[in-house]
Amino acid sequence: MFDILSDRLTGIFGRLRNKGRLSESDVDEVLGEVRIALLEADVNLNVVKEFQIAVKQRCLDSEIHKILNPAQHVIKCVNDELIEVLGGESVQFSYATKPPTVVLMAGLQGVGKTTSAAKLARWFKSQGRNPLLVGADLQRPAAVQQLMTLAESIDVPVFSKPGNPVETAKEGLQEAVRLGRDVVICDTAGRLSIDEEMMDEIQRISDAILPHYTFFVIDSMAGQDAVNVAEAFHARLELDAMILTKLDGDARGGAAISAKSVVGKPIAFASTGEKLEDFEQFHPDRLANRILGMGDVLTLIEKAEEAFDKEEAEKTAMKFMEGQFTLEDFLEQMQQLKKMGPLQNLVEMMPNLPQGVDSSDVDDGQLDRLEAIIQSMTPDERQNPMIIDGSRRGRIAKGSGANAHEVSQLLKQFKEIKKMMKGSKKPKKKNRNKKKQAGKRKKGRPSPRISDIGDLAEVSKEIENFLPSQQLKEFDLSEFGSLSDSDE
Amino acid sequence: MVNFSARLSNTRKKFSFFGNSPTSKSIAESTWSEIEETLIGADVGVNASLEIVGDLKKETDRLGVSSISELTELLKKQLKVRLGGLDVSLSDDGDPAVWLFVGPNGVGKTTSIGKIASKKIAEGHSVVLAAGDTFRAAASEQLAMWADRAGAHIVTGADGADPSSIIFDATEYAKARQVSLVLADTAGRLHTKKNLMEELSKIQRVAGKGPGTVKEILLVMDSTTGQNGLVQAAQFAEVVDITGIVLTKLDGSARGGIIFAIQTELGIPVKLVGLGEGLEDLALFDAGTFVDALFETKA
Repeated sequence: MFDILSDRLTGIFGRLRNKGRLSESDVDEVLGEVRIALLEADVNLNVVKEFQIAVKQRCLDSEIHKILNPAQHVIKCVNDELIEVLGGESVQFSYATKPPTVVLMAGLQGVGKTTSAAKLARWFKSQGRNPLLVGADLQRPAAVQQLMTLAESIDVPVFSKPGNPVETAKEGLQEAVRLGRDVVICDTAGRLSIDEEMMDEIQRISDAILPHYTFFVIDSMAGQDAVNVAEAFHARLELDAMILTKLDGDARGGAAISAKSVVGKPIAFASTGEKLEDFEQFHPDRLANRILGMGDVLTLIEKAEEAFDKEEAEKTAMKFMEGQFTLEDFLEQMQQLKKMGPLQNLVEMMPNLPQGVDSSDVDDGQLDRLEAIIQSMTPDERQNPMIIDGSRRGRIAKGSGANAHEVSQLLKQFKEIKKMMKGSKKPKKKNRNKKKQAGKRKKGRPSPRISDIGDLAEVSKEIENFLPSQQLKEFDLSEFGSLSDSDE
Repeated sequence: MVNFSARLSNTRKKFSFFGNSPTSKSIAESTWSEIEETLIGADVGVNASLEIVGDLKKETDRLGVSSISELTELLKKQLKVRLGGLDVSLSDDGDPAVWLFVGPNGVGKTTSIGKIASKKIAEGHSVVLAAGDTFRAAASEQLAMWADRAGAHIVTGADGADPSSIIFDATEYAKARQVSLVLADTAGRLHTKKNLMEELSKIQRVAGKGPGTVKEILLVMDSTTGQNGLVQAAQFAEVVDITGIVLTKLDGSARGGIIFAIQTELGIPVKLVGLGEGLEDLALFDAGTFVDALFETKA
């Protein structure tokens, strides 16, 4: 029923892939489809028109590179143009020489301003700053309370005062100075861009606190009107950056392209879940990639790097080689993997998901069960699973809420993988990785720094061996697609 | 409750033709693409817009329409027909009747409940609100403030409590006090979250297990939503029996055109529209007013 952008483009590019050369009418055909695809992704009509012209120019101007076939050439032009429209560089923050650095949040109702304000506070904290949140949304019932609850969970103070939002914002700034906080984030009420009175109000707030950064929060589900809204806010407030929210849904986020094209300021952050840590710096190339259906491999790599302690991983790998890998190590690896966020998010970033595997099928429950089983073992049992007899097995099953069969299953598979690993030598493994990379390239997809995710591949390899059905050989982690299939 | 048409004309200026350029008085080739673009610009979507323009062309030929004004009226008539034909009544007979409000994050579920409660109470009913959003910080406080404004009862649970049981409790609470209507809030959820969507079908099951009867399950939808709205509606309709849509924030500059596709493909009618943040800013959906507003510029 729905044609998403990546599906459409994949279809067209598939047709062009086998063509030797590209005529102007081929380019037009592709661009016609690109137009529809972009409109369905909620890119504004006028923005699409400009985009089409620019891509066509780019296609015709540039020489087809020797390495690329014509279809790849068009992909490259569309991709390059998308990246250019989406923003070039990521935003770099500079802090006010005389603190505090003041941040103002603005946007329509329900786009996620309050949650984003708290996420931003958490982010500033992670940068070694001491933020203060100011609750100047005095309109929506309990908005300040929401902000306080969120702030409490990240241990950030909140200032708010009933009455006039302009006064509240101003006093919030004074409070930050008094408390010696070096960043102030001012949350405001959601407002319609055509509500003159409310737009006046936020302008007065802005005039009162003179923000260094005004963030415009935009919902990735937004439609054609996003352009008008962004334009109206920009005209009043001179926006500095944008935050794109609800990217954990399946909206393509074409509104980001629209807003970017009228505001001309970078999209600084992407919000990818309801938890406060589901917040990352926005990378234009990655959203373009996501739109083109290339899979957000880069974000995955970054997440993997963040979560994995390199040294730890190497140590584990050594143990692996020597066959000394214990259930204890396995448990640790699983916990590392979980640090990377919900599996669903990870799977969504995967390129080339096999047919029938849907990210919504993936569920962290299976990992939790394995974890529970291992955690119900004594340290001795984890080191030496051989000692687990019938009665121990019964106890473990009881402790973990699993049944005895599941415990046996885990032990059996663990034994097998251990045996297998003992036999394997490092060079052999490398070869296998290489083969995988070559296979990917053949599919015409760039494989950026694939080698960097070796650690990740390692872990997922281990875990895959604990999972009954294996649907996919293309990319290690995608095996998680089979998790819930085997669950019921 | 406000008058839909009167309210919209406060925020939207009338104007004579689609788009911004009333280029000619007679139908030209460009007229069709202008209509198509107007529809797409209102979030009607590419496929639905092409279909609508195709139908319009046929009718124009059949009827021999040649002037722009006739064409405009014909188009509006066709669009109204597209939005008609479904049952838009809201049923509140039950002992108590339960209305569930579901939808993505930030669309205006809690606010809609507040307004509906106020309307029902003004009509002489008493109403119990069930604070089934136990996830978002301060959601039940927000609902409690609406209950206070509207003069409704409210049943709440602890943060993180099981929403099904809170809603169930609310039906028993209502029954014990002879209150005939329970309006149940739920946490906003994206349709891609499988577990949360499953939770919703459990909520529907449990809500009807006690004295209450689930009479309406209203999908609350933000009129700024683009093409993803169709996927949303389809996914929500898959897990619960959606009886209608509350289209919110229609007082803004977005036009909510996605409801054409939703109505055509899923057969779900819009029953109510939200027109502001005030207690009164709610209206019964009217296809005529909605269609007229598609072709008006915003103030």
